[in-house]
Amino acid sequence: MKVLVLGATSAIAQAAARIWATRGDELLLVARSAEKLQAVADDLRTRGGKVETMVHDLNDRSSYSTLARLADVVLLAHGVLNGPDVLQTNLVGPVELLELIGEILPPGACIAAISSVSGDRGRAKNALYGASKAGLDAYLSALRQRLFHKGVRVVTLKPGFVDTPMTAQMQKSPLFSSPASVGRGIVRAIDGRRDVVYLPWYWRFIMLIVRMIPEPLFKRMSF
Amino acid sequence: MLKTGGLDRFISFQDGIVRCEAGITLGEILELAVPRGYFLPVVPGTKHVSVGGAIANDIHGKNHHRAGTFGRHVRRLELLRSDGSRAEVSPGDELFNATVGGLGLTGLITWAEIALRPVPGAAVQTDALKFTGLDEFFAISDESDALCEYTVAWLDVLSREHRGIFYRGDHAAGAVRAPRARVSVPVDVKLVNGLTVRAFNAAYYLAQRGGKRVGHYDPFFFPLDAVDRWNRLYGKGGFLQFQCVVPAREGLRELLDEIARLGAGSPLTVLKKFGDVPSPGMLSFPRPGFTVAIDLPSSEIQTFARLESIAAGAGGALYPAKDARMSAATFVKSYPRLDEFKRFLDPAFSSSFWRRVAG
Ligand SMILES: Cc1cc2nc3c(=O)[nH]c(=O)nc-3n(C[C@H](O)[C@H](O)[C@H](O)COP(=O)(O)OP(=O)(O)OC[C@H]3O[C@@H](n4cnc5c(N)ncnc54)[C@H](O)[C@@H]3O)c2cc1C
Ligand SMILES: NC(=O)c1ccc[n+]([C@@H]2O[C@H](COP(=O)([O-])OP(=O)(O)OC[C@H]3O[C@@H](n4cnc5c(N)ncnc54)[C@H](OP(=O)(O)O)[C@@H]3O)[C@@H](O)[C@H]2O)c1
Repeated sequence: MKVLVLGATSAIAQAAARIWATRGDELLLVARSAEKLQAVADDLRTRGGKVETMVHDLNDRSSYSTLARLADVVLLAHGVLNGPDVLQTNLVGPVELLELIGEILPPGACIAAISSVSGDRGRAKNALYGASKAGLDAYLSALRQRLFHKGVRVVTLKPGFVDTPMTAQMQKSPLFSSPASVGRGIVRAIDGRRDVVYLPWYWRFIMLIVRMIPEPLFKRMSF
Repeated sequence: MLKTGGLDRFISFQDGIVRCEAGITLGEILELAVPRGYFLPVVPGTKHVSVGGAIANDIHGKNHHRAGTFGRHVRRLELLRSDGSRAEVSPGDELFNATVGGLGLTGLITWAEIALRPVPGAAVQTDALKFTGLDEFFAISDESDALCEYTVAWLDVLSREHRGIFYRGDHAAGAVRAPRARVSVPVDVKLVNGLTVRAFNAAYYLAQRGGKRVGHYDPFFFPLDAVDRWNRLYGKGGFLQFQCVVPAREGLRELLDEIARLGAGSPLTVLKKFGDVPSPGMLSFPRPGFTVAIDLPSSEIQTFARLESIAAGAGGALYPAKDARMSAATFVKSYPRLDEFKRFLDPAFSSSFWRRVAG
C-alpha cells in the first residue's frame, strides 16, 4: 500500500504512520520542517517502511500540483489551533489540495482527513478553529458524494482531545487520549468502511449531547 | 521527574545495533528487534521502561551473571546539559561512566546506541525447580548460572523454611504465539495483607508444576505487565519497594529470616545471585552477591528501615531505582565512587532522592 501523508510531522500522523511502516507500506511524507521530517523518516524507515520525503509549506499553493500524487491512501493531517493562519491551514489549503488530489485518485483509493470534534459546534474558546473544522467537514461530505461513483472513499476523522504538541498548553484531563490510540483508530478507520469516525468512539455520543443543547442555553455556557 | 515522552523515535537499526531516542521503551525495541532475530542484552521485570531510564539506573536482568548491566551494552549516547551544550560520549569517557547509573543527574540523555544480541526467535525454554531452604537454593543457583542465560528465584518469604521456585531459561528456536491482551485491576482494592500473602504464596507454590516448557518471552520476562495497574492491589496507599544486594550468604540468611520474622512481604519476592561482570557506571547498583526485592505496603516504613540496616550492616547496598526511604548514611557508605561522580553533576538536574541522600 502507498500512503501520502500531508503534515507528516504531526504527532497523530506519526502514530498512524508507524503502524503502516511496521506493515512494510510505502510512505510519501510531506512536512514543512526539513529537520523534523528527517527524524520522522528515519524512525519510520527503521520500523520497516519504504519512505520518501518532500519538504513543503502546505500553505504554499504553488506546491499543490507536485503534491497531487498517485497513492492508495491520502492522510491529510496538518493543522494549527490558533494564530493568523487557522482558516488558511485547516480549511482553504486542504480544500484546494483535495480538489486536485480527488481528480487523479484511482478507484479503490481512500482520502482520510483529520478534522475535529470542534467542528460539530462552534465555541467562543476556539471560534476560528471550530469554524475551519466545520468547513472541512462540510467539504469532505461533498467530496464523498462526488467521488462515491468513482469508487474513491472519503473518511472524516474526528478526534477528541489528544495529548500532542498542539495541546501542550492545555490542562490535561481524563478525556485526553494518546496519539498512539488515535493513530490505531485512524488505521482501523481507513481499513474499514465507515464514513465519519470519532476517535475514540465515545466522542460521537459526547458530541451528540453537545449538539442537542438548545441554543438559548448554549450561548450562556462557557466550556 | 522529567518527561521524555517526546523523545520516542528510532534513528537506525543495523547489524544488531539499535540507535534510538531516549524515550523509546524497551518493549518497543523488542517489537522491532525480535522479528529481525535480535533481543535486548538485558531486560528488567517490565517492558515499560525507557532507554533513558534503563541507562540512568543501569538496570540489571535475570542474566546479570553473564551479561552484566544494561550500561555495558551501550555503545554511545548523547547528553544534553542544562547550559544547552551537547556531548556525545562512549565507554571510556568519564562523563559516560558517570551517566550510566547516574540517576539522570548528569543531564538529559537524548539518544543512545545499544548493541543487541542475536536470538533464534521469540521463544524461551524455561525450567522451574522447587526448592526448600537456602542451601538448596545456593546449589541450584550455582549449577544453573553455569548452564543458563537467565536465572531468578521466587521466594515464599512467609514460610520460615524458605521454600521457593527457581526459574531458569534460555532463548530457543520455534514458533510461539504472543500473549493476549492484558487484564486490568479496575479499582483500588486492598487485597494484600499477611493473610492473603500467605494464601497466595501457598497456592502459587502448589500450582507450579515445575518442569520444562517452551513459550513466548513476554510472560517469562514481564509477568506483571499482563496485569495493568497491579499496584492497585495494595489499595490506595500504594506500596514501597525494597531491593538490596548483600555480598555473602550469611547476610542473605539474616535478611530473609528477619523478613519472615516481621511477617512482611508480598507475593512478589524475588531473589537472584549477581555475577562479577563489572559495570562502567560510577553509581551502578549491581555488585557480586545476592539481591532481594520485596514489595511492602507503604504503611510498613519501619520494616523498610529495619531491612536497610541489616543490608548495610552486611556490607550491602540498596537500589536507588526502587528507593523510597534510603538514608544518606547508607548511600554514602555503599557507593564509594560518589565523590568522583559529583564532579559530573549537572547543576540544574536534581531529584528528591538526591537532595535527601547527598544534598
Ligand atoms: C514492575 C517493575 C519491575 C522492575 N524490574 C527491574 C529489574 O528487574 N531490574 C532493574 O534493574 N530494575 C527494575 N525495575 C526498575 C526500573 O527498571 C527502573 O526504575 C527504570 O529506571 C525505570 O525507567 P523509566 O523509563 O520508567 O524511568 P523513570 O522512572 O521515568 O526514571 C527513572 C530514572 O531515570 C532517569 N531518566 C529517565 N529518562 C532519562 C533521560 N532521557 N536522561 C537522563 N535520565 C533519565 C530519571 O531522572 C530517573 O532518575 C523495575 C520496575 C518495575 C516497576
Ligand atoms: N491534538 C488534538 O487534541 C486534536 C484534536 C482534534 C483534531 N486534531 C487535529 O489533528 C491534526 C494533527 O494535529 P496534532 O494533534 O498531531 O498536532 P501537531 O503534532 O502539532 O501536528 C500539527 C502538524 O501540522 C503541521 N503544520 C501546521 N501548519 C503547516 C503548514 N502550513 N505546512 C505544513 N505543515 C503544517 C505542523 O508542522 P510543524 O511540526 O512543522 O509545526 C505539525 O506537524 C490537526 O489537523 C489537528 O487539528 C488534533
